Amino acid sequence: MGEALLMQGNEACVRGAIRAGMRFFAGYPITPSTEIAELASLMLPKYNGKFIQMEDEISSMAAVIGASLCGLKAMTATSGPGFSLKQENIGYASMTEIPCVVVDVMRGGPSTGLPTCVSQGDVMQSRWGTHGDHPVIVIAPSTVKDIYYMTIKAFNYSERYRIPVILLLDEVNAHMRESVVIENDVEIWDRKRPLTRENHKPYAADEDGVPPMGEFGKGYRFHVTGLVHDETGHPTNSSEEAEKLIRRLHYKLEKSRDDIVIYEKFKTERCRTLIIAFGSVARVCKDVICQINDDSIGLFIPYTIWPFPDKELLSLIQKNRIERIYVPELNTGQMILEVQRIVFGRCEVLGINKYSGELITPTEIIKCLRRG
Amino acid sequence: MPNLKELSKKPARLTGGHRMCAGCGAPMVVNWVTKALKEGDKAVIANATGCLEVSSFLYPYTAWKDSWIHSAFENAAATISGAEAAYNAMKRKGRIDETYKFIAFGGDGGTYDIGLQSLSGAMERGHDMVYVCYDNGAYMNTGIQRSSATPFGADTTTSPAGKVVPGKQQFRKDLTQIMAAHNLPYVAQTVAPVPGTKYMFDLYNKSEKAIYTKGANFLNVLTPCPRGWRIEAATELDVIKAAVETCWWPLYEVENGKYKLTYKPAEKKPITEWLKLQGRFKHLLKPGNEHLVEKIQAEVDRRWERLLELCGEKEIAKAEVAASNK
Repeated sequence: MGEALLMQGNEACVRGAIRAGMRFFAGYPITPSTEIAELASLMLPKYNGKFIQMEDEISSMAAVIGASLCGLKAMTATSGPGFSLKQENIGYASMTEIPCVVVDVMRGGPSTGLPTCVSQGDVMQSRWGTHGDHPVIVIAPSTVKDIYYMTIKAFNYSERYRIPVILLLDEVNAHMRESVVIENDVEIWDRKRPLTRENHKPYAADEDGVPPMGEFGKGYRFHVTGLVHDETGHPTNSSEEAEKLIRRLHYKLEKSRDDIVIYEKFKTERCRTLIIAFGSVARVCKDVICQINDDSIGLFIPYTIWPFPDKELLSLIQKNRIERIYVPELNTGQMILEVQRIVFGRCEVLGINKYSGELITPTEIIKCLRRG
Repeated sequence: MPNLKELSKKPARLTGGHRMCAGCGAPMVVNWVTKALKEGDKAVIANATGCLEVSSFLYPYTAWKDSWIHSAFENAAATISGAEAAYNAMKRKGRIDETYKFIAFGGDGGTYDIGLQSLSGAMERGHDMVYVCYDNGAYMNTGIQRSSATPFGADTTTSPAGKVVPGKQQFRKDLTQIMAAHNLPYVAQTVAPVPGTKYMFDLYNKSEKAIYTKGANFLNVLTPCPRGWRIEAATELDVIKAAVETCWWPLYEVENGKYKLTYKPAEKKPITEWLKLQGRFKHLLKPGNEHLVEKIQAEVDRRWERLLELCGEKEIAKAEVAASNK
């Protein structure tokens, strides 16, 4: 076992990122994510990395893409309004398959909303915030320890699948301090490099749907564009190429989907009622399960909320013959829509929603469970 | 020059009861700017995200006597553009009788950085408005991060002064010059009022001119922030004075392209007079960092000399020398 350190969620994110190999961070101050930029500015130079404070969130996201194209593992961090501004470039990274990690520390919205208060209102934005039919991975850690290790995962996924990964924190776990045991062995993945620089086709994919990625400045000559492009990277209007590209962008995630999804089943062995929760609310629900100490109620935590662990949830529902599902979340009901899609009428699905800017308490959830 | 007694009788349009920090310069600046409005005139105020915005209208109170809108961080100038254009249309149709003035307030983050595009657009379109930047040289609302208005060498949380890097590594952007390059009717640089100085009414006079000169006009106001500058609130007027007397923050205006110095220090003080008063520059004055202070002094000198040229001060000085030689 490694060393145990007391740290804040935002700090765990920076430490995890550096552990994963992040050497570039571009950001812009915004509550409640500012500590990530502050710490990155302090720590990155010590690892021979680069921190840049940009003039806004649009340029922060663009700088991250530029740095990643030059071969560095790159990240940016923001919250609600800033996440909205980053969306165009997130779509660009998705289309051009440039690895990057985008942290969104959720706060109350819409608009400026409640800058210092918690929310889970960006579930759908994290999936569909940018326009077009794009693939994306969204990971929502629950505890500070989760944040450390899932930031590493976020980089791993991003590099391996050449895709933007959204790390969805919230004001509570980002500002919470708890101890994290830093394990000595952590798996770190890097992006695939092309085998040759001759006749280099930057968007010719391997069997896994992912093209190896050369970097600018290393002798690979290629074009990068947000237009629909063929294997050479050049834009094309060919409907055939367009369909091929969009199909492949989705295929690369579908093919590796089982390696990507992360979830946890907590005391679900004999449960007939299931709570499904993510982020800070998931740990509140763990407390609920422990307090009521009743086999009939279990907890399912999706850590990758996109792609959602749908197969796994469905098999649990069928195996346990789940009768009722509660979905507590800090919004008016976003993740519940995905749960309803999976359940498809097999059992009752009820939302427990809070959007006052405060974290839901175990007592509040227990009250809802008892009310039935 | 206005009479202080008369001025004090004019009702404040930003009243007490806001929750800005003790010693914050922003409400003082807003008060003097809005006092320059004629008493019968109404105003629409747009406010970019920032300290002033979050602290001046906390439910269920507001410190503002005028109509007020906060939209986002990057678009106060665009929002007020829309309000001004709509007002013109209503006025044209005879649906509104009163005279309204349009003023936007933004800090340096919301003006120099994220709001620059929206500001430039509004200025170029020439709406009848004034944009006032209260420049305190960093993102104070989120806890002191560097901005492009942060001075060289300043210690902020994203340009931390350490053993290797001595604070911010870039000189500040000269926004007043950028605005002057938009060829506006009126652009001016000034400071929060310092009683007992020749430039006590500089902000008031420039505000009046900016508000009542037709077209898109701009004011850049150096505004103290005790938290971010690491100063005692009681010393802030001395700090402002030092900014002017060292020529770190010259007072000037550009009216229809014509530059004019509105205050010229009798004797230009060394830049250390400005640096030594503030905790954010503490590390610069330690032994071994003399070269950094020299570098700052050289840049202040360069910018000051250029401004003197633009203002025609060099020719005036030459003529004076020639006259005295006769």
